[in-house]
Amino acid sequence: MKFTEEHEWLRVEGDEIVVGITIHAAEQLGDVVFVELPDEGTVVSKDDEVVVIESVKAASDILAPIDGEIIEVNSALADNPAMVNDDPQGEAWFFKMKASDPSQMDEFMDEAAYQKFIG
Amino acid sequence: MGSSDLLETKEATPVTDLNQTPLYDLHLELGGKMVPFAGYSMPVQYPMGVMKEHLHTRSDAGLFDVSHMGQVMLSGASWEAVALAFERLVPMDVLGLADGRQRYGLFTNDAGGIEDDLMFARRDDDLFVVVNAACKGADIARMKAALEPDVTVTPLQDRALLALQGPAAGAVLSALDPAAAEMRFMDFRTLSLAGVEVWASRSGYTGEDGFEISVPEAEAVAVARLLLDHAQVEPIGLGARDSLRLEAGLCLYGNDIDAQTSPVDANLTWAIQKVRRPDGARAGGYPGATAIEASLAQGSDRKRVGLAPEGRAPMRDGTQLYDAQTGGRLIGQITSGSFGPTHGGPVAMGYVDGEYADMDTAIWGDLRGKRLPVRVTALPFVAANFKR
Repeated sequence: MKFTEEHEWLRVEGDEIVVGITIHAAEQLGDVVFVELPDEGTVVSKDDEVVVIESVKAASDILAPIDGEIIEVNSALADNPAMVNDDPQGEAWFFKMKASDPSQMDEFMDEAAYQKFIG
Repeated sequence: MGSSDLLETKEATPVTDLNQTPLYDLHLELGGKMVPFAGYSMPVQYPMGVMKEHLHTRSDAGLFDVSHMGQVMLSGASWEAVALAFERLVPMDVLGLADGRQRYGLFTNDAGGIEDDLMFARRDDDLFVVVNAACKGADIARMKAALEPDVTVTPLQDRALLALQGPAAGAVLSALDPAAAEMRFMDFRTLSLAGVEVWASRSGYTGEDGFEISVPEAEAVAVARLLLDHAQVEPIGLGARDSLRLEAGLCLYGNDIDAQTSPVDANLTWAIQKVRRPDGARAGGYPGATAIEASLAQGSDRKRVGLAPEGRAPMRDGTQLYDAQTGGRLIGQITSGSFGPTHGGPVAMGYVDGEYADMDTAIWGDLRGKRLPVRVTALPFVAANFKR
């Protein structure tokens, strides 16, 4: 699993990349009450806002970690946003991407580096 | 309005510039997540989290530190002197307030806008006033300028303020002083909690039964611990305080009411007693009386209403409201919006043009470029649970 400075995790599954938010991010956000997912098939550029997450207090964005196409979204999150707090690095993945340039993955942190990053 | 990046780090106010309440160390001990608020470092939540803190307050009881608010005592030659002087600043019936009773009030400006909202209570011949933290400097200056030297204005900087809110609050406080059980909504009296003399009002900012308790600073931690020792009482942060007051339909000064908002627009005319209205025995005589009397007579062209977004997405303050799903006219704006944990969905309040203020009117809110349906609704979202 790779980690971004934006508190996302990325897991490579064949030629797909599964994206979610970290346990640390979920803890910091607090109780998630609403998730807005992108349409499948959307072509995105790195740092595009692709997901809106709302906690009781505030709205936050998840940015596309790399260039590519959204090929699948986890529509269970729309019905049960609390999954993001219950299992952020497992069941509560947000979307799967097909990368335009897989080498963009190289810059991301491994788990040890991410743990150090969040202190 | 936009959302922020996932864990946006706001420009932090240097810790040294922030005030601390007498409970600051206790907040840290309890795991409070401290944020800057109105110049103070305050707990936005504890480890329980906003959602559970909110629900716990509605099912049991929550303890809030509201010591950042301003507490001020007004005294003079007699109750009549103090009350009549204070009536020069607020459109409320102060003189008619019985000893040991509290009332909601508004400081108005010459244009009829609201400078702050406040609670005032009669304590023998004195008037005990509680004002918002962000406004307290201006409020104290306003009172001193208008009332001194006949009335003495004393900011009580050596007192903390705690709020104990929720259906268990009455039992919790009565176990410490049985006199609390005799208090009704908006009563104000002196209680003794394990030997500490406190001033308690049976009121609050959650829509629940409960108390606000003014405590000498030196005893604040001891009293807070005494209340937290009760199995049903949990510490509650500012996050849940905001969602609780929003479900209760209560205004947040600076969001829902401000210097440009008249009490008539804000649907707060219930707070202006008859004796201060035209033809009342003490009509007018407060800042902006002419403007407020005119809008009382004519009604206003916009109104504060409850707003229920029909989907699951919360609509936050700043969301623009339209009269059609496409095209149409801008007819208002949300001033407070969040997810209501007890309501179980998004809740909001805001202002709409008068013709859209009727209950169940269908309007649309612009959320990130999409118009989503919103229904005009009655306030509160959650029925009040006061001890009348």
